[in-house]
This record gives sequence, structure tokens and C-alpha cells, in this order.
Amino acid sequence: MQDVFVAHAAELAGEGERRIIVHGAREVGVLRAQGRLHAFSNHCPHQGGPVCEGMLIHKVEEVLAADHTYHGMRFDSTRLNLVCPWHGWEFDIATGRTAGDPRFALRRFEVIERDGDVFVRLPAAQ
Amino acid sequence: MLFHSSDPDYNRTVDDFDSGKHLRHARAEAEKRGLDKMLVIDVDCHHYETDNFGPILQYIDDPNLRQIALNTFSYKGPAAMLMDQPGYQDMGGRVMRYQMRKGEKVEAPGLSREVAQTLRWMDALCVDYACLFPTPMLFLGLHPQPEIEANLARAYNRWICENVLPSNDRLRSMLYLPFNDPEATYNIVKEFAGRKGVVGFMVVSTRYKSVADNAYMKTYALLEELGLPIAFHASYHWNDQLISVANRFITAHAVGFTVFNAVHCANWVINGLPERFPKLKVIWIESGLAWIPWLMQRLDNDYRMRSSEAPALKHLPSDYMRQMYYSTQPMETVNNRAALEVTMQMINAETQLLYSSDYPHWDMDLPTTVWDLDFLSEQARRNILGETAAKLFNIDVSARFPR
Ligand code: FES
Repeated sequence: MQDVFVAHAAELAGEGERRIIVHGAREVGVLRAQGRLHAFSNHCPHQGGPVCEGMLIHKVEEVLAADHTYHGMRFDSTRLNLVCPWHGWEFDIATGRTAGDPRFALRRFEVIERDGDVFVRLPAAQ
Repeated sequence: MLFHSSDPDYNRTVDDFDSGKHLRHARAEAEKRGLDKMLVIDVDCHHYETDNFGPILQYIDDPNLRQIALNTFSYKGPAAMLMDQPGYQDMGGRVMRYQMRKGEKVEAPGLSREVAQTLRWMDALCVDYACLFPTPMLFLGLHPQPEIEANLARAYNRWICENVLPSNDRLRSMLYLPFNDPEATYNIVKEFAGRKGVVGFMVVSTRYKSVADNAYMKTYALLEELGLPIAFHASYHWNDQLISVANRFITAHAVGFTVFNAVHCANWVINGLPERFPKLKVIWIESGLAWIPWLMQRLDNDYRMRSSEAPALKHLPSDYMRQMYYSTQPMETVNNRAALEVTMQMINAETQLLYSSDYPHWDMDLPTTVWDLDFLSEQARRNILGETAAKLFNIDVSARFPR
């Protein structure tokens, strides 16, 4: 394993900030979302799209009343998804799992903040 | 370009879209599998004719319609003539290339933006030859004025034949047939067959005329004589009485892109058109694959009880369907590989299936989706990716694959 430099922490301080790093054949996206840093492989498990370049957006949910009637849709402000820009697969930032089929998930890497810098811990480059 | 999210914190501005970079992983995965050295023909991909709609309108023959179109275009844009309908293909900006491709900077000396942008994504997908279709014109079969469909079809066909197809040998098209006007349909085949890059003709399936109407027989006979395929390209119609019951785009799309082709295909078979035109090559495009075994089973089952209603048939309906061609996308690769494998067997995929990406649309498929089907032989996968299409369309590939 090795720690690969991503950015100065200040550059990733704002909610929604992101960087994509290339390390050997691997691309990793590091994003600040829901107050903390996440690192995911930039290869979508669907067809390999650059998932970390996509939109961050809250999960959409239906509004159902107690009598089972439908009253529209809204964003769930507690659940944030990262969306692959190729076909729209959505991944829960907290778990990395696909909203539409939880058997699939993004590969997550450990993020380390040290002396004002952000690193991602990766297996040795292929 | 600003993309609005659910919360302003997540709004993003992206300005430097480059489809080659957007698709770089496609290129890398294709190279890993050696697809860059293999013939790949994409039989269904799209450009946006609306990017060039002003020049296309200038090609309209009818002076009255052209005058109306040009003035209406100046304030209404392409909706001056095209049928628009509700729909959210880009899923609220989630599939970002819809918004981005229009502003993509493309500079290639000697090539129009249109052609250079197409070649850029083709190279990224490792596609050697591409059959281009328009996009919003896929709803034109619903226009209440057949003369609009006929005039726009000829205008678009002239425009693509003069401005796009001659510019690069890797580009092909099956030209738009204005099927609501059978006479104009026939005339377009007569006029454009043999033009550079024209490998067949295409009917947009979303319309309310039977493909078995007598008015079309002379066109089918002509196509058969010319050895050129006819393709039925699916689209949807959210205002269709049945599909309008669907309250979400996902439903309108999943069902809508299938039913029109299923009905036309059933009419084609049951009216015995394969017996009347045994050499005519027929292609069904962009309905996916799962509908084919469904229709085969339904028709075979009914036909054995009601053969008196389809007396022209000498074989089971599925036997005729197995002689037709189908495009791959959107290939249903969900959670049951066995279903996909049986589908491939039932349609004789090795000889009848043609790879299509549908790029740049939201449910595009990469060539790797075919190559990774390990239950198919390597030759079957090569056939699907390009070799069958090269034969079907008589494409000389020697410029890219010297013998
Ligand atoms: S590759 Fe990511 S959604 Fe398809």
C-alpha cells in the first residue's frame, strides 16, 4: 500500500469539492460530501464510466401518505448520491452501493489527512 | 455550463467537455480486449440534426413550407417543424453529455464540427464505421401533416448526403423514409440509393400505419431489387393513448421503445411479407432484445391455432423472425444471464445480431458489452461487433483493415 498525494486539505475543504488523481492505471476520485472526504475508484461497475466526475445529488424519494396515496417526490436531505455521468447509475456516498441494485458498489479507498495535505491509500500501482 | 443539483452546495459548472476524454475509459477497456484491432461497426448511433437545422431547412423543396419553416425557426428553433414531446432523457442533468455536447469545442482542420465530433466519439469507442441517424426527427412519424414529414425527410437526406457522408469514409446512414407519404417514400429510395455512404433506408416505427399496407409494396420490391436493407428504428410516443397511462419516463421508454416495433414486426410476419419479399433484408433497431423471444413465442403459439388468419406463411412466425436482423442496444444485461443466452440462441445471434451503441443517448452500450458475453464463441462476438454488418451493408473495410 502507498499513500498518494491528492491535494492540500484547504483545496478540498468546501462541501462538494473534488479531485481526480491518476496513479498508474488507476483513477481515484476524492470528494468532500456530507462533511467528510471520500475516495472511490473512478471506474463505474456498470460499463466503466468516470463515476467520480458526475453529479452529487440527494436521493429522490416518493412522498406517500399513511393511506398509501402518492403525493409527489422530494429529495431526502440525509442521503447523498454520486451519479455516474455515462448512464446515470447512482451510488450512495455513505455506503458506495448502487441505489438501483445494491449488489453493485464503488470501490472505496482510505483517505488520510496529514499535515494539511490529503492522501489516498492505494495498493501498489499496477 | 451550470448543472443544478438538489442543493446549491452541489451545483457544478463544467465548461471543458471533450467527448474523447469523457469516453477515455471506453477506449482503455476496448484496447485491453484488443477491440481496437477488430472490426467494429455501429449500426445505430445518432447526431443531432437540430445542430444544423437552419441549413437543413434551406433544403426544403416546397417554397411555401420553406418560407414558413425559416420564419418560425427564427423564434421557435427546431420545434418550428419537428414534433417534440415530454421526456427527460438526461435525467435532470445526471447524464451530463446531453447538455455538454452542444458546446463541445471541436477543431479539426478540413472537417465540419459535425463530422469531427462524430469521429471523436467513434475513436473513443473503437468504432470503425458508424451508421448515423437523426435524433428529434425520430418523432416525425407523428406529425399531422404528411407533407412536413416528406419535405423534411428529403431536406435532411439531401443535407446529410451532401455535407456529412462524403466527408469521411467511416460514416454511413440508412436514410429517413417519410412513411406517412408512400409515394414520397418510394421516390426517396429511387433518388438516394447508390449515394455515397447510403447503406439502406430507415422507417421510424412510432407511427400509426401498418407496414403491410399495399401502398408500401412497390418500395419493398424496389429495396429488394436494389439489395438494400430496410430498418425500423424504434422511438416512443408519450402521448400515445396506451403509453400515456405511464406516469414516469422510465415506463414510457421501457415499454414505448418496444411496442411499436413489436406490432410492426408482427404485422410484417403475419401478412407474409417475408414470403412476398424473400430477399429483402429487414432490421429492427433499438428495441433491445427481450421482446424478440416474447413475440416469437406469442406468435408461434397463436399461429398453430389460427393459421387460417395467416395463410401466406409456410413456416412458423419465429422462423421468419430468425431471418431478420436486430441491433443489440439497449441489451438487457440485468440479472439473468441465462435469459440473455437463450435470447441469443433464439434469434441466431451469431448471424443476425448487429452491434449498436446508440451513442450519445443515455442508454448507450459500449462494444465491450458484446465482447464480454463469454457464452458466445469468439467468432459470434466478432460477427456481432462488425463482420455481419460489413456483409449486410456491403461495406468495404479494406481502408482500415488492409488484407
Ligand atoms: S458506466 Fe456508470 S452508469 Fe453506466
